[in-house]
This record gives sequence, C-alpha cells and structure tokens, in this order.
Amino acid sequence: MTQLLDEGMAVTARTPQGTNRLFVAGERAHYNAHVAAYGALDLSRIGPELIAELDRSGLTGRGGAGFAVARKFGAMPTRRGRMWPASAVVIANGAEGEPRSLKDEALLRNAPHLVIDGLLAAGAAVNAARLYIYTTAASLETVKRAIGERRDAHRIHVVEAPDTFISGEASAVVNAITTGTALPTDRTQRLTTSGLKQRPTLVHNVETLAHVGLIARFGGDWFRGVGSSRDPGTRLVTVSGAVPRDRVLEVAGDTRIIDILAASGAADSHISAVLVGGYHGTWITRDHLGANLSNAGLAAYGGSPGAGILYVLDVNKCGLRFSAEVVRYLANESAQQCGPCMFGLPEMATLLERIASGDRDPAVARELRNLSETVVGRGSCHHPNGTSRFAISTLAAFAADAQAHLQGRCLRVERH
Amino acid sequence: MATPTNRYQLHIDWTKCDGRGLCTELLPGLLDRDKWGFPVAKTDDVNRRSDVQVPGSLLDAATDAVELCPLIALRLLPPASAS
Amino acid sequence: MTDAMWAFGRVSGIVALVLLTISVLLGILTRSGRPLPGLPRFSISLIHRNIALLASVFLVFHVGSLMLDSYAKLKVVDILIPFLGAYKPFWQGLGTVAVDLLIAIIITSLFRKRLGARLFKAIHWLTYAMWPIALFHSIGNGTNGLSGWFIAFSVVSAGAVLAAVIWRASSRFIETAHTRGVVR
Repeated sequence: MTQLLDEGMAVTARTPQGTNRLFVAGERAHYNAHVAAYGALDLSRIGPELIAELDRSGLTGRGGAGFAVARKFGAMPTRRGRMWPASAVVIANGAEGEPRSLKDEALLRNAPHLVIDGLLAAGAAVNAARLYIYTTAASLETVKRAIGERRDAHRIHVVEAPDTFISGEASAVVNAITTGTALPTDRTQRLTTSGLKQRPTLVHNVETLAHVGLIARFGGDWFRGVGSSRDPGTRLVTVSGAVPRDRVLEVAGDTRIIDILAASGAADSHISAVLVGGYHGTWITRDHLGANLSNAGLAAYGGSPGAGILYVLDVNKCGLRFSAEVVRYLANESAQQCGPCMFGLPEMATLLERIASGDRDPAVARELRNLSETVVGRGSCHHPNGTSRFAISTLAAFAADAQAHLQGRCLRVERH
Repeated sequence: MATPTNRYQLHIDWTKCDGRGLCTELLPGLLDRDKWGFPVAKTDDVNRRSDVQVPGSLLDAATDAVELCPLIALRLLPPASAS
Repeated sequence: MTDAMWAFGRVSGIVALVLLTISVLLGILTRSGRPLPGLPRFSISLIHRNIALLASVFLVFHVGSLMLDSYAKLKVVDILIPFLGAYKPFWQGLGTVAVDLLIAIIITSLFRKRLGARLFKAIHWLTYAMWPIALFHSIGNGTNGLSGWFIAFSVVSAGAVLAAVIWRASSRFIETAHTRGVVR
C-alpha cells in the first residue's frame, strides 16, 4: 500500500507505524539514532518529483495557516524559462512566537535531523541556492549541534529569531534574515514569487518540514495511512492550562479534541472551554469538545487547528478575564507599524478589560465588536485579523459570563 | 495580498500610511476614514481593504492620490498582478 | 540696461522671499493634516508645492539677473560656494547657502518617489534653516534690507513663521493626535 518513491526506498521495518512518527528516534536523537530509526535520506534522488508526492500526501502547513504544502511548492517558479534557475530560498521557520506553543521547540530538541532532512529535501525539490533555519535562542545550540553531526547540512544558515509574537510571521522571517529586524513588511507579491532579496522563497514551519522529510522517504500514501482522508497524517499539539503538565503530543489528523484532552489528563468536569489555535484562535465550549481537530471539524465554529495549540480553561476561571489579558498581550506585541493595529488593539484590550472587570455599560461590547470589525484586513500582516477573531470568539463563548457581568454578578469562583 | 482581478488595485502600504487623509478626499467613493484618520475601503470584502479595486472612472483620481500621498504609502497595481 | 537688471534682480529676490514665506507656512499647515474652509488637504499640499516652485523661478531670475548685472559681479561659483563674493561677502554668502539648501529641497521633493520618504523628509527639514538664512540674507545684503517697510515685512513674516513653528511643536498640532493614545 505504501507508494515507493523509487526502487531504492523499500518499505522496511523502519517505516513508522501508528501515530508515533516524528519521535521514533527517541529523545534528543543524535544523527546515528536518527538514521537507525528512519534510514538515511539519499538527497541525490530527490528532485521536483517530491512535489507530486507531497500533493499525494495532502500535507498542510503546521505553522498556523494550514496551507496545502504542495501548492506552495508548486508556486515556486520552475527551471523552464529562467536564465539562472538556482536562485530559490527555503526557510525552516522555528520561531514559535505563540506563548502557548511548545511543539517546535520540542521537535528541534528531539528530532532536529528530521527537520534538517525536510529542509534539504525541499531545497532539492526547488533547486534552492540558500537554506535557512530560523529559530529562537533556546533552540539555536541544538540545531547547530545537529548540523555538525552530519555532512550534508553545512550549507544551512542558522539565524536567531527574537522571542516576540510576530517574529514568526512569514515576511518578518524574511526581513529578519535580510536586515536583522523581525517585523512584517509590506508586500505586493507572494514570497514564492519574490521574497528574500527578491528571490523565490519558501517559508515552512519546522514541523511541516519534518513531515516532508518523512514523505521523502516513505511516500505520500504512507503519510495518508493515519488520520482521515480530509485531514491525513499526524500533527503535533501543545496542551496547556488546566492540565497536570503542559504537554506536546503527536496525534492523528481529525482526532477529537476531547480525546486529546483525555490523553493530557484534563479532568472533564473542570473544563469550561478550550482555546484552539492559540491567541489568534477560537474558543470551543465544553458542549462541543467532541469536535474534530481539523479544518473541516472546526469550520462550523469558525476555527482551525492552527499550530495545534490547545489551552484548557478551568471552569473556575473567568474566560473574560483570561481573554482580556490575551488581547492586552496581543496589543503589546503589535509591530507598531500600521495604524489600525497600533491604535485599535490597545482600545480593544481596554474594552475587554472593562467587560471582564464588570463594567455595566452594554455599549462596551458593541464598541468592541465594531473595533474588531474595523481593524480586520487593514495592516501589513494578519495580527489584527487574528486578534479580532479571538475577541469575537470570546464574546460568543462567554456570552453568559458577559451577561452576568452586566448585571453585576460573576459566574466563576475565582474573583478578579 | 488580494486575489487577482481585472481591475487596477490601489495598494495601501500600512507600514507607511499615517492617516493624513488626502487619498480619502480624492477618492470619496472608494475610501472612508476611521477615527484615527486611516482609510477604510468601502467594500464588504475584508480581503480587499489593502488592495482596493479601482473602477476605470476613478483611475485618474487614484493616480493623483498615489502622487500626492505625503508618506508615499500608495501604489497603483495593474490588473491581475496583485499576488 | 544694467540698471534694469539690478532693479529686476532686487524685486525678484523680494518676490521669492515672500513666496518662500507663504510656502513655509503652507508646508507647516500641510504637515498638520488639517484642511482649511473651502480648501481640502490635497489642495493645500498642491498650492504649497506650486508656490515653492514659483519661488524657485523667481530665484532663478534673482540670481540670473544679478549675474548679468556688471555692478553685482555675481559669478557662477557664487551660486555654489558661499562667502567668496566681492560685495558684502558674508551676507551674500548667506544667500548662496539658502539657495543651495533650496536646490536640495526642491530636487528631493521632485524625485521623492524615487529617492524614498526618508531622504525626502530629512532634507525637507532643512527648510527650517533655509528660510531664516534667506531672510537674514535679504536684510543684510538687500539694498532695501534696512528700509522701514522691509523691516516691517521681516518682523511680520518672522512672527508668522515663529508662531507656526510653535504650533508645529505643540501636542495638538496633528489633526488626529487626540484620537491616538500612542505617540508615533
């Protein structure tokens, strides 16, 4: 059933079975352990045909946007008609700006070689001239060490990402590598057309590239072996909040949220709601935790898996108070470049803080909705869009709390 | 970036825009102004707020807006070229 | 003929100064982002530019005719290098400085889309130096520099520009400042 990429790659005992795919080589896997677990990757056999295999796999981006990976690869200009074809750039994005996300750091710490494999394979597929790994200080050393453990990775440049929320935004990544400033830039063309120094540039999350590294070995059909047809493969999720311990799990596509929570040790009776997709995400309330963690499963709630971040809100905590802190954080993390974001987000934060504090004026929520609508799509990145989505979702999910606050009551045990 | 169309698009560089309002005066049919002074495209499509579709009749006015913007925050993109 | 050149040179100099004064005031108004009754912002911006360009034309007349006048002894080098003049070198030199600054300001303004907003803005700030230097040049070098009417004009225009600059520096200068909590 597993599609062979070419005759050299056979289905072996090394082909990952089940949902444990990314960490088969164990914790902090050295290159030798990595090769023992997955087999070596012969880069000389990888070319543009990988893109067709990625298309077969149905792999979508694991960095938040969830874009079809093969489509992004396909948008890169081909050899034909280009005088100097080898000018493409591929960047592995490990900035992980979301505070509630731990998966990229866990991946780079334990399976950096899979990420490097994916980056090298992607580079081979698009004939890249430059390869980069962009990651925070915490992961720099482990990445550099991993590069040093092998012979085929020395051309990869490692660039440090600052610990800010927007440092992982695609144009900010390119800007950081070019100028050292990790702020989004104005764009009139896709990065795949003109990115780093006007070269066609592919920016992919490190987890996405790890899956590419596996698909390059075991093929697209193998990737589809777990998960569902609408959400194939596995993804990493980070679960935090009302759980015994913050955890990173690898789950099959279309897994139900409630099953992920159970695996994380979250006590059913203690859950008020789950924030899916990080601080730009959507709240799923306790009655709907049976929803599947996939684009299709969450579409009805206006949500998406994003970077697989699940924050569990304890039933005793006020969701409005928590959300107000999030919006204030998001306002502070604005790049301060674009007016609607710079001025709109702090005002949104103030309004939500007032609602959370028990302001009895019903106009406050209305004003928050208006502001949320005003800032969408009016910036050089999606920060205002995501913040709006989160604010609107908060008002919907905690409507009962908001109603109580208007009447001078609070439904939660922990007061503020 | 907006999806390609067959109209010219007025691209707003938000990193340069300071809400001075000259463009909103020159293109009142296309742009409103929010309370901080920044242009709001008169469209229901939130994906067309940074690349505003310009009907042919407003092309001259849009060209003026691009020329007169004090922060050089506007560009006129030919049809089917955005993204 | 040379008397006509001399007179023309003086008059065009005065006209240029008056136009530059108006342009500076309109420039500050432009920067505030505020319209005037009956004059939208884009009109103010255009008038500011056009008056500055008109002033430049009169400056060409001013410098050109004084070069053609045998009494003034103005040479091409005097346009570029200040303080080399035979007649009142210091005050004439101020005129050279002012015209050189204005050339830089005009050229960066005409080509601002190519040169970028940052360079345009940086050079444009030199207007605040160019205008007083032009005024002092007029007072010190002008034949009527110390005449009553010219002194009156100088006092009034200096007062207007000073008031505009104080307004420029105030916190409520920008039209939208009161809506924006954050200082950009």
